[in-house]
Amino acid sequence: MQITTLTIVLLLLASIGYRLGRGRALTMGRSLHSLPSYHGYYVALWCGVPAVLVLASWLALEPQIIRQFLVDALPDQLRALSPERMSLVINEVRNVARGYATPSSEAVAIGARHYQTLQQTGFAAMSVLCLGLAIAGLAWARSRIAPDLRARNQVEKTVTVFLIACSTVAIFTTIGIVLSLLFEALRFFHSVSLLDFLFGTKWSPQMAMRSDQVGSSGAFGAVPLFAGTLLISGIAMAVAVPLGLLSAIYMSEYANPRFRSVVKPLLEVLAGIPTVVYGFFAVITVAPFIRDLGHLMGIPVAAESAASAGLVMGIMIIPFVSSLSDDVITAVPQSLREGAYGLGATKSEAIKQVVLPAALPGIVGGVLLAVSRAIGETMIVVMAAGLSANLTANPFAAVTTVTVQIVTLLVGDTEFDSPKTLAAFALGLVLFCVTLCLNIFALSIVNKYREKYD
Amino acid sequence: MAQQTASERRVDVAASAARLKRRYAAERRFRAYGFTAIAIALGFLAILLATILIKAASSYMTAEIALSVNFDPAVIDPDGHRDPQALAAADYLGLAKTTLQNRLGATDRATRREAASLLSSGVDQDLRRIVLADPSVIGTTRKVWVTASADIDQTLKGHVPAEAGADGARLSANQQAWLAQMKAEGDAAIHFNRRFFTSGDSREAELAGLWGAVVGSFFSLTVTLIIAFPVGVAAAVYLEEFAPKNRFTDVIEVNINNLAAVPSIVFGLLGLAIFLNIFGLPRSSPLVGGLVLALICLPTIIIAGRAALKAVPPSIRHAALGLGASKLQTVTDHVLPLAMPGIFTGTILGMAHALGESAPLLMIGMVAFIVDIPHSPLDPSAVLPVQVYLWADSPERAFVEKTSGAIVVLLLFLAVMNVGAILLRKKFERRW
Repeated sequence: MQITTLTIVLLLLASIGYRLGRGRALTMGRSLHSLPSYHGYYVALWCGVPAVLVLASWLALEPQIIRQFLVDALPDQLRALSPERMSLVINEVRNVARGYATPSSEAVAIGARHYQTLQQTGFAAMSVLCLGLAIAGLAWARSRIAPDLRARNQVEKTVTVFLIACSTVAIFTTIGIVLSLLFEALRFFHSVSLLDFLFGTKWSPQMAMRSDQVGSSGAFGAVPLFAGTLLISGIAMAVAVPLGLLSAIYMSEYANPRFRSVVKPLLEVLAGIPTVVYGFFAVITVAPFIRDLGHLMGIPVAAESAASAGLVMGIMIIPFVSSLSDDVITAVPQSLREGAYGLGATKSEAIKQVVLPAALPGIVGGVLLAVSRAIGETMIVVMAAGLSANLTANPFAAVTTVTVQIVTLLVGDTEFDSPKTLAAFALGLVLFCVTLCLNIFALSIVNKYREKYD
Repeated sequence: MAQQTASERRVDVAASAARLKRRYAAERRFRAYGFTAIAIALGFLAILLATILIKAASSYMTAEIALSVNFDPAVIDPDGHRDPQALAAADYLGLAKTTLQNRLGATDRATRREAASLLSSGVDQDLRRIVLADPSVIGTTRKVWVTASADIDQTLKGHVPAEAGADGARLSANQQAWLAQMKAEGDAAIHFNRRFFTSGDSREAELAGLWGAVVGSFFSLTVTLIIAFPVGVAAAVYLEEFAPKNRFTDVIEVNINNLAAVPSIVFGLLGLAIFLNIFGLPRSSPLVGGLVLALICLPTIIIAGRAALKAVPPSIRHAALGLGASKLQTVTDHVLPLAMPGIFTGTILGMAHALGESAPLLMIGMVAFIVDIPHSPLDPSAVLPVQVYLWADSPERAFVEKTSGAIVVLLLFLAVMNVGAILLRKKFERRW
């Protein structure tokens, strides 16, 4: 790849710059302000950084720039197309130029050749610019080397800027998530009203391809999805909270250190197993088991019941609840327990009446974090829960969840402008907001609680 | 104060003894609840692993049929030039089918078709490999083992009943008789499934392999590591060592903690909207997958890095500063090297998490059916957990064992990474 070569050349130039700068500094005598290696880094940075910045911005902007040039060069009858058709044509041109497809018309073939020349010219111009900048930077920085040059300060300033930039990546990620979800969701709400989406009880996102087809109007009422998500998460929490909490109590209050050192990592293994494995387990083992159980008891059980997905999700969340509660219970000061023992309480009485109430806020915070995890969990429900949007509280019926619908709406569908695909982003926005609120609330409880006993 | 009579006192003692007994029973019960909870959780773990391991065992084997193939020059190399391209293009499938049909004595069209369907559609690859590796076999007759169809495979392994007509049976009466005959003569047997570890995905269960997904996972994780590790360490260093305590750093901290808890599928939506639709990066490629996974495991690395940096005692910093090192020199030359084992441990755990992640990759199109082994991070490819998902989704009975086999491979990789992280921590753990 050409970009790899260019990067390697730039790296080579930077290391040459380091040697030149250091060598020149060494000839300057003993009264340098900074160590010679800092002079080397100084030259290397001036050589590398501007060129890399140019390279990065080219990589980011190249598709748009080339697209513009390409559109200007296309024949008139293609240029008159609507924006959607236009982007299809451009995609085809791109695929043809990369050799993935054969051109469907002469105009596309010409466009593809033009696209290739544009790409090559653009890349050549950019390479020349990069290398020129690198060499110019190298020469300039080297000429600046003098005994009183504050090379160390400058290098450290650059490094600090880099460190700050890296720590803002988290902020940009959040902004990116919010903007991308919001932008697409707003486009969705142009065609479907917000109230219909949040409070409608009918969900059937299948849109007809042609307007004369029967059942063409998709319905986007998300209440069944929310109900399904809550049902499955509820079952999961009904499994995970008692089991997780009781194991945490046993581990922190009763178990001897040897038992603890063996069992705790084993429980953590449950947390380390990929969710796709749990999904498979739910499909081939748990779902048939629950179906047979239902047959025995005479309850009709759907093939993809909420119970099997919820049960397996609960197992997955056990270690999450138990390790968070374990931390919280261990953090309760020993003096509280000793006070209870001094009044004659048995161990379990001390736990139930003193330790747990003292740890309650932290445990609630942990459980809320677990709930947010259950709501956002995808693979288990995609594999084990159904697609039918039933509004029911029966755990043996098939329900669907927000995450399942996001996956089904987006997988295998590349067309990006139909309300069907945009609906996935609206659901994603709801998911993001709900989990964010839960997380912020839970984290603030946990933190407040931690400070109390610190 | 009321005077207690002796009898009242006796009743009191008896009542309190009973109460004490009840309290101790409650104590034992409570303890038993806790133990049961742990036992149930571990029981689930045991059932899960046992189910997968039992189902996986047979996926590493595959049924093969021995054929005495006459490598006829008229079929394989009519021109006689031994030109590799001509050799590769010959009709090996027809050759194998004819050989088997003749061996089984199938004459009319219906039985010939039945006989041919005992073979996998991938037998041509078996024969082609033999010929290309050693063109001197042309013109001779050799006994070679070729891949059988998935139905034969499942029947031989006992996953479906062997008797024709039985519920779930895959073979017709003729095929069943032929299979019994070949088995008796030692010409149908179960051998190690080399294809499973060397080839890419396939619609045919007996031809499907994991290697494409392993390579895809490797490329994705490489991209993730290259991006997430430097950025994560730099962010951790800044927040722990340099950042002033102000609003801006508070916002960053809250942000990182929240990102760690955002559902991974939301990151997939981000990748779809930004990396694919705005930057126009190739769909289904490990490059995009790696970028998304990097964003997902960045908070983990930052949090682990900060914990490791915090564990380095301040005396180290004071000593370095006292000897005239600048703040940055203190960090890069003294604090960071001491914190590195902890940071590596956190990074390995983050990478293990990324290896098992599949939901966000579905969003960026990594669920496509891809047969070819990817050669660069820009080629479309699958990754291990998504391959598991794809196979688990397949209605074919024969894919169940493939799925389990792929899961075991995935779990092995995860186990190696986690054990590596634990060993690293054990070896370099320092108490100050």
